[in-house]
This record gives sequence, structure tokens and C-alpha cells, in this order.
Amino acid sequence: WRRGQERYSPVTQFTQCRVLREHRLQREDLWVRDGRILDPEKLFFDEQGYADQRVDCEGSIIAPGFIDVQINGGYGVDFSQPSEDVSSGVSFVSQKILQHGVTSFCPTLVTSPPGVYHKVLPQVKVHDGGAQGAGVLGVHLEGPFISAEKKGAHPERFLRTFQSGGIEDLMEAYGSLDNVAMVTLAPELAGSQSVVRELCRRGVTVSLGHSVANLSQAEEAVLHGASFITHLFNAMLPFHHRDPGIVGLLTSDQVPAGRTVYYGMIADGIHTNPAALRIAHRAHPSGLVLVTDAIAAMGLPPGRHTLGQQVIEIQGLHAYVAGTKTLSGSIAPMDMCVRHFKHAAGCSLEEALEAASLHPAQLLGLAERKGTLDFGSDAGQDA
Amino acid sequence: MRLVILDDYDLASEWAAKYIRNRIIQFKPSAERYFTLGLPTGSTPYGCYQKLIEYHISGDISFKHVKTFNMDEYVGLPRAHPESYHSYMWNNFFKHIDIDPANAHILDGNAKDLEAECQAYEQKISAAGGIELFVGGIGPDGHIAFNEPGSSLVSRTRVKTLAKDTIVANARFFGNDLTKVPSMALTVGVGTVMNAKEVMILITGAHKAFALYKAIEEGVNHMWTVSAFQQHPRTIFVCNEDATLELRVKTVKYFKGLMHVHNRLVDPVLSIKDQQKEEN
Repeated sequence: WRRGQERYSPVTQFTQCRVLREHRLQREDLWVRDGRILDPEKLFFDEQGYADQRVDCEGSIIAPGFIDVQINGGYGVDFSQPSEDVSSGVSFVSQKILQHGVTSFCPTLVTSPPGVYHKVLPQVKVHDGGAQGAGVLGVHLEGPFISAEKKGAHPERFLRTFQSGGIEDLMEAYGSLDNVAMVTLAPELAGSQSVVRELCRRGVTVSLGHSVANLSQAEEAVLHGASFITHLFNAMLPFHHRDPGIVGLLTSDQVPAGRTVYYGMIADGIHTNPAALRIAHRAHPSGLVLVTDAIAAMGLPPGRHTLGQQVIEIQGLHAYVAGTKTLSGSIAPMDMCVRHFKHAAGCSLEEALEAASLHPAQLLGLAERKGTLDFGSDAGQDA
Repeated sequence: MRLVILDDYDLASEWAAKYIRNRIIQFKPSAERYFTLGLPTGSTPYGCYQKLIEYHISGDISFKHVKTFNMDEYVGLPRAHPESYHSYMWNNFFKHIDIDPANAHILDGNAKDLEAECQAYEQKISAAGGIELFVGGIGPDGHIAFNEPGSSLVSRTRVKTLAKDTIVANARFFGNDLTKVPSMALTVGVGTVMNAKEVMILITGAHKAFALYKAIEEGVNHMWTVSAFQQHPRTIFVCNEDATLELRVKTVKYFKGLMHVHNRLVDPVLSIKDQQKEEN
């Protein structure tokens, strides 16, 4: 309510709650107006306003919505499928992941032929979320400029290297960089450094992954602007004490002052051994970003499902290639990852929540608006 | 005057809060007739505010028909600064109660024309019908609000430069950096507070004991501005044992002997729930 105005936006006050603010869970009320977190002190003194509506949270925690920067699909939808109506698949997933606490995400495309990128990318637009679904922050392009030796499940025939001048190869493969939030590439590929620079210049986050780079190559990429590591430990050289490889970025002294290297961790208890998770967390806690790297099978009930060319069998949190014990990808939703991470790392609830909200927001340069409950930031949905 | 002596800080805070509660409820404030309350800031009244909030949360008191006027505010300190008196009042009182924001008045230390701001404040107080109960504290130098030693005892709301004692006392809120403490403030005058129907001064702690002695056992003196209230018809000093350490034994014994009379002011403690029951 605001004194002296005929048309006003209602103010909602959430009471009896614990709010994650300044890295602590505080017993504070949360005030929201027009989809933004409101400063109640300003409301009181500047506008002589007060709440129109009070919601009793009965002691619940209000945390910033989770941000998933690596998710390949879910609920039967595969973002890399070149369908005619990609956006309805994205909308469907965006609505479903709200229940896991995810309010913003980067639909991820695995290595694909140019035709797929040219068809899919124009259909996925950056947009804010709301009650109808999580917001799309931009697409995460994982490949095709990655290492053949660490391709994982990516199709080898569509891998590429930088031939002509770096960025031209990129544009030829993807078609356009509009609505692209992040690109994962292997920095040991010749010509990649100028690509890293150019992508950063255009505001695209560069991530290192699916690579056999040594630490120097990784550090050089960071100097050129790379700021993320795609699913640490997976699809890269293992840590070696005389050349820690990409993993060494966590404690590298070559990271420019004032910059942070963030790293994605799949904390489903399956893709990373908890001891390895703890080593990474203890070495560099402020850079840890929880990702689901979920595949289309996430959210589907246990049993067999045909997804594209594959038959997947879901047993609990495991998704196997049917009839085998080969993992076909992650299916743990984000809230489960947060819980598992807290349990495995023995960290505080605040740290666990921030690994899925504040840190990805900082990675993408959105911490002013997202990932926190600071005054002025977006208030799409409450977890 | 009434000198109400409680054993410790918590009991003194509680007595003061109960008194304020009873005064408001007895007044039966309404939309046509607001209860006007003058308010202080600082560590002394903190416990009292906590108790008042408790009474509000338990449904025993409402501030819907209460108008408040704070005593003072720093000049030039951004309103959002954690040490501004606006921040203090919001965090320690206003955000927990049901007062109408339009009725919570605090001097604006960032006003373009400070003198005009002070005059307007005096007018607001008059327009509200004067202050029914002005609650205040005392500085180690015996000041009321920011009426530093040497202030006129008939002064009105104005700009004051803070005395060294006050700046030193406040340094603890600014990281013990004297250069960060504001040097000027807007304050109600001694005369402004004297115009209130009733004045209640909260004094706790041994470091305030000498000031209390100067205020009530020596003469009225503009070097110890709280002494002006010796000439007010209705003043209550609420303090704890430590604050009486510089008083004469005779004074303390006399007033302690009157506690059964003083306690009739807070016992029984009233509640709006009783009034609501009566209405139903």
C-alpha cells in the first residue's frame, strides 16, 4: 500500500520465516512487491506504506530459487532433439522443475550437428520465470568443440575443431549466439584462446570441460576469460600431483585477482564419490556450483523408458542403459542434489543453498538480480 | 519527581514498559484522539522496546492509535546507515508493531533546510496536541536528547553540535573511529520536552550514576540539562541499582521505601484484551 496513489501494487509480507541473507539464515520477514524483494524500511519511511497481505510461513526457510546451469532435459523432454516445437518442451520442463526449487535454468544442448543448433537455438529464448515455470537464462552449449578423448556420451562424428579463425567455426556450427548463456569447450584445441576471448567479450560464459588440457592450458583459458569448469572430475584428466590438469584450477595462483573460477558438481552421490566432492569443496568452497546435468529421464517413474534412440531403465536415482549397469546420465533433481551435497560435505544449510543459488548467479554475472534475497532482486518464486 | 529503583536492567526495562503500556491503555486512544509518545534511542531503552514488542505480539497492546515523536537524529548520516536513528527505530521497534507509518515521526537529518525541518517538527507536535508522555534517557554528561551541557533550559528543536563526551560515547557504534561519528544532530529542546504532560527518564548503569546525581541531587543547571525536569510537575526517573551509586543513601532509602506506591502504577498491568472482552 502506498499513501497518495490511486493505482498501486500490493505489498506482501512473509512472516514467521527464516530468510537466507548475507550468507546466514536470519529470522526476518520477507517483503515482496511487483516481483521484487522490497526494502520494508524504505517502504515505511519513504512511502509510509505497509503490507496489504501477510503470509504466515510457520517457520519455513525462504531461500533464493535454485539456478541449474546444466540440464539436458527431463520428464521425457530432450533439449537436443530438433523438434518443431522445442519451446513447448522447454516450457514443460520449466514448469516441472519449479517443484524442485529451480526458478532459473540453462537448457543444455550436447554435441550436435549444425542442423540441430540452427533449428533448436532460435526457438529457445531468454525469459523471466514466474508461477508458470522457471525462467530461461540462456542456452548452455556443451560441445561440439571438445576433446575426442573425453567425449563421454557425446557422438564422436559431430565433434569439431577450430579450422578457419576460431569464432567463424563457432558461428558456422551454432548459427547464432543470441540466447546463449554458456559454451563448454576444450581449451587445448588449437585456436581456442581467441574464441574464449571473443565469447567473453560477447557476454557468454566460457566453461572448460570434456578436455585433456593440462593445468597451463586451463590457466591460459582462464586468463582469456574462462570462468567455469563443466562437471568437475568427469570428462577431464584426473588430478595428478605433478600436473593437476583442469582440477588444479581450484587452487591455481594464476587466476587473476578479483576473479573466481567456478566449477560444476553433480552431487547425486553417483557421479562423484563423496570423498572427491569433499576435496573439491574444501579446496575452493566459494566456487562450487551444484548442477543436475539431468537427462530426459529425470522425473520419470522407475522402469523402462524409450527416449530417442535409447532405452533407459530407471532404478531409484540410477539411470542405466537398459539391460546393463552402464550409467546413462543423472536423474537426481536439484533439491535432492542440495540435500546430498549438504550431507556429504558436512557443510551448513546456508552453504548448501548458496551452492545452488548465489554461486551460479555469480557465475553468470546475475548476482545483482538473482540468486539472493537482497532488496531489489527478483522474487519469482519462493523455495 | 518519582524515583523508581529496580534491581537490574531487565526489571527496570520491564517496569518502564508496563508503565507505558498502562498509560496508553488507560488513555483509551482512538482515531479521534491519539496517544502521543516521545521516544529515545540508545542502549538504555532497548530492553524497554523489547518488552513493548512482546506485549504487542501477545495481543495486549496496540499502537494503531499512537503517534510517536523521536527526540533526535544525526545530521548528514544517510537514513539507511545502520547507526542512524531511523534504522534503530525501524529495527528495534517499528517493524515489530502495528503503528501507522504516517504517525511515526523522526527528525530528518538530511533535510535541505535543517532549521525549517526543526520548526516543522515543533509544529507537528503542536498539531498532534502536544506530547502525552515523553520517554528519554540521560547522557554521561547529564544531557537529555542532544541538549549538550550549556544548552538553554528553555530551548526548542534545533541543530546542535555534539560535545566531545557524546562523540566519544557514541564511537563504539562507529567502529571506535571518532572521525566517523557525526558531529551534529537535530534535537528536541529541553523546553520541548518540558512541554510534555509527563516525562519518564530511563537511567541504567554505573556509568550514568554521576549524571543522575547531578540531575536530581544538585541544582537546576544548564550544564546538566536533565536537571531541568526538577521543575516539571510529572517526572519519573526509572533506574537500576547501579545508576544510584552516586546518590545519598538517604535519597535511595526514601524512594525504595515508596516502591509499593510506585508499583501500583504498573500492577495490575492492563491489556486491550480486557477492553475487547468488555465490548463483547
